[in-house]
Amino acid sequence: MSFNKIMATGLLLSTLGVSAHAQSLVYCSEGSPEGFDPALYTAGTTFDASSHPIYNRLAEFKVGTTETVPALAESWEVSEDGKTVTFKLRKGVKFHSNAQFTPTRDFNADDVIFSFDRQGNAENPYNQVSGGTWEYFGGMSMPDLIESIEKVDDYTVAFKLTRPEAPIIANMAMDFASIVSKEYADAMLEAGTPEMLNQAPIGTGPFAFQAYQKDAVIRYLRNDDYWGDKAKVESLIFAITPDASVRFQKVQAGECHVMAYPNPADVQSMKDDNDIVVMEQEGLNVGYLAYNTQVAPFDNPKVRKALNMAIDKQAIIDVVFQGSGQIAKNPIPPTMWSYNDAIEDDNYDPEAAKAALEAEGVSDLSMKIWAMPVQRPYNPNARRMAELMQEDFSKVGVNVEIVSYEWGEYLERSKAKDRDGAVLLGWTGDNGDPDNFLAVLLGCDGVEKSNRAQWCNEEFDAIIQKAKVLPTQAERAKLYEEAQVIFKDQAPWATIAHSVVYMTMRPEVEGYVVHPLGGHIFNQVGLSQ
Amino acid sequence: MLNYALSRLLTFIPTFIGVTLISFSFIRALPGDPIQVMAGERGISDERYAELAKQFGYDRPIYVQFWDYLTGVLQGDLGNSFVTKRPVWDEFFALFPATLELSICAMIFAVALGLPAGVIAAVNRGKFFDRALMSTALVGYSMPIFWWALLLIIVFSGNLQWTPVSGRIDLLYYFPDPTGFMIIDSLASGQKGAFTSAMRHLILPTIVLGTIPLAVIARQTRSAMLEVLGEDYIRTARAKGMSPGRINGIHALRNALIPVITVIGLSVGTLLAGAILTETIFSWPGIGKWMVDSIFRRDYPVVQGGLLLIAVMVMIVNLTVDMLYGVINPKIRKR
Repeated sequence: MSFNKIMATGLLLSTLGVSAHAQSLVYCSEGSPEGFDPALYTAGTTFDASSHPIYNRLAEFKVGTTETVPALAESWEVSEDGKTVTFKLRKGVKFHSNAQFTPTRDFNADDVIFSFDRQGNAENPYNQVSGGTWEYFGGMSMPDLIESIEKVDDYTVAFKLTRPEAPIIANMAMDFASIVSKEYADAMLEAGTPEMLNQAPIGTGPFAFQAYQKDAVIRYLRNDDYWGDKAKVESLIFAITPDASVRFQKVQAGECHVMAYPNPADVQSMKDDNDIVVMEQEGLNVGYLAYNTQVAPFDNPKVRKALNMAIDKQAIIDVVFQGSGQIAKNPIPPTMWSYNDAIEDDNYDPEAAKAALEAEGVSDLSMKIWAMPVQRPYNPNARRMAELMQEDFSKVGVNVEIVSYEWGEYLERSKAKDRDGAVLLGWTGDNGDPDNFLAVLLGCDGVEKSNRAQWCNEEFDAIIQKAKVLPTQAERAKLYEEAQVIFKDQAPWATIAHSVVYMTMRPEVEGYVVHPLGGHIFNQVGLSQ
Repeated sequence: MLNYALSRLLTFIPTFIGVTLISFSFIRALPGDPIQVMAGERGISDERYAELAKQFGYDRPIYVQFWDYLTGVLQGDLGNSFVTKRPVWDEFFALFPATLELSICAMIFAVALGLPAGVIAAVNRGKFFDRALMSTALVGYSMPIFWWALLLIIVFSGNLQWTPVSGRIDLLYYFPDPTGFMIIDSLASGQKGAFTSAMRHLILPTIVLGTIPLAVIARQTRSAMLEVLGEDYIRTARAKGMSPGRINGIHALRNALIPVITVIGLSVGTLLAGAILTETIFSWPGIGKWMVDSIFRRDYPVVQGGLLLIAVMVMIVNLTVDMLYGVINPKIRKR
């Protein structure tokens, strides 16, 4: 945007006075984005500011669900062997423009190929730009999975895979798979400023990036050429406000319309306030205690189950989560498809737990519980949680020592197969696919990696491997439901909690939907008055 | 005077080298490794770890890294942030004007109130005003910044709605910011009400950040004044029938200023420390919050570069204070 345009917009806004406010949605966000190219980063705060307003993906999650729907791809087809996925691209999709760049063509297959090639191909001139580490592309195993991406014609792209993989569609809806403009990238490379792709982003999304003042404000303008439902407000403003109490004050004072992440302690007074609307939903996460299932006596499922019965989860929800959590009985959150609600939790029963331990010949047991040194949505205070468990376990005659390490150390050491003790940890979902929880956290491949229980159960593993390659969601869901039954029976973890995510807003905000994948999305949000 | 200035400048060099070394080792002395922190629960494969370590350049021996850092610093290159991938230098100068603007306002606030308060208290030694003032100063000095800031926000922004809650200017205003100083840029923008809005946004953060220096300056001024007021030449001046205003204002205050200026100079360090909390609460986009975030993320280049730049700022302020001694007291510059 040229300087004149900026001035004109500013002047227009200031002359419109209050009515300009009505057309601008102000969101009090909790932190600054690391940049605006979502493929380079992993933080939700960055995705809120980049992939959701500015970009689109081939497939997208329907807001409010973990279901994937067509977006820049109008449709897709999976070949019979499951190893080729062909995307038919949408025609007439326009990229945004800015002061340095005006697109001369619509979105097409070249943009799709470029968006992925730069992440996986070291020869691509953009591979090293902005210190690209492409964490998610690597983290979701894309380099192993994608053999090649081929342009069939301008509006058809075929992804050749090394193996059949049903979650690939969900992966295409993830933030790292946002489609950037190849034409813009080429122009910036020629101008010698390739980092502009990250700093002055161009996408196809419902809002076009206008300006970012570091750590203070991000501004977006509605994309009037948007291919889908156009945004309801003319401009979107992120007011970066790191302190949660201050965010609440700003909502009350009318300085912002919506805020993220209220203090759990403030939620009740927000609910009591007639001028504030509070929405809530379970987060796409789980907090757990992973036993080391390779070390006696924790290699015995009955011992693990007995210990699970000794944990008073309700007390943990009340004390550690201050109400902003929900008891977890399954390893996947309730908002995820295939969640097996028929499963019964191991209810808190210290007497039964004690008897069960005795029946297994376990007495005078001493164990360690590892407490994470950091706060996470799935575990806001691991130390406190470990203390509560220590107390619970002492009631059944188990003596607990609490240990902790610096976060990087903690993650590294807890992977060891001969680890001494049970580990408090958790997981936040990436793509809304159960495979992203069950295979990553409990599959045999994850042992000594992300499978902190070191649990490798053949039956369970066979089911999740099979579910991964089935074509329909209904078939897959059935298998995942079965897997959850085995999990509950074998109890490699004590599932503790799913966080509850709150969104606080003013009553004039219309159409906001809490998104189970955790992003804050404003495409469909309007303001009354 | 020139010799004096040069001798002060020479002490700059060893301090600078020391600061470079400390800023480099400080962040590395903390446990934790940026790649592990970045990977989080998701974890990272050994190959990928090695690749990233190579890319960030810390698979090399520590002394090689330090040498690179030092030569970079001498060429004005502080490296790029691991997280945002942007040059540390650019980030610092995008944020520093905000911190500077707030610090200057806080300092003006502290001096403008603290100096007269200290003088009045000294002149009225032991009387009610003196006691009230000094107990208030003690409270101000001990006030936890976080709590104080939230209290002011709740009362003045929440209940009374006199001041905005946070930020630097009403979001309605949007104009280019060539200097980064909101007061100047808002005036230059010519937009009606922009300057007033910027000033209103400064009120609470200024008070919060200025409270501790204000208390320190008031107490220091009082004790320095008391000492001077007991001197023979003051008694002589009084005996000669000089007006109390002239005695206190010129003869006493000028001599009492040396320790006060020392305290003001030292307060710059306090201001930068206070800025970390103040900036977080008031969503003030300055370097305080930037540094804290970077420490948590183990963003080595930002922490070491930022610390170095802040240290240089403090050194410049101290140098200026040393120069001011010379201006106020000719005896010092002749030494």
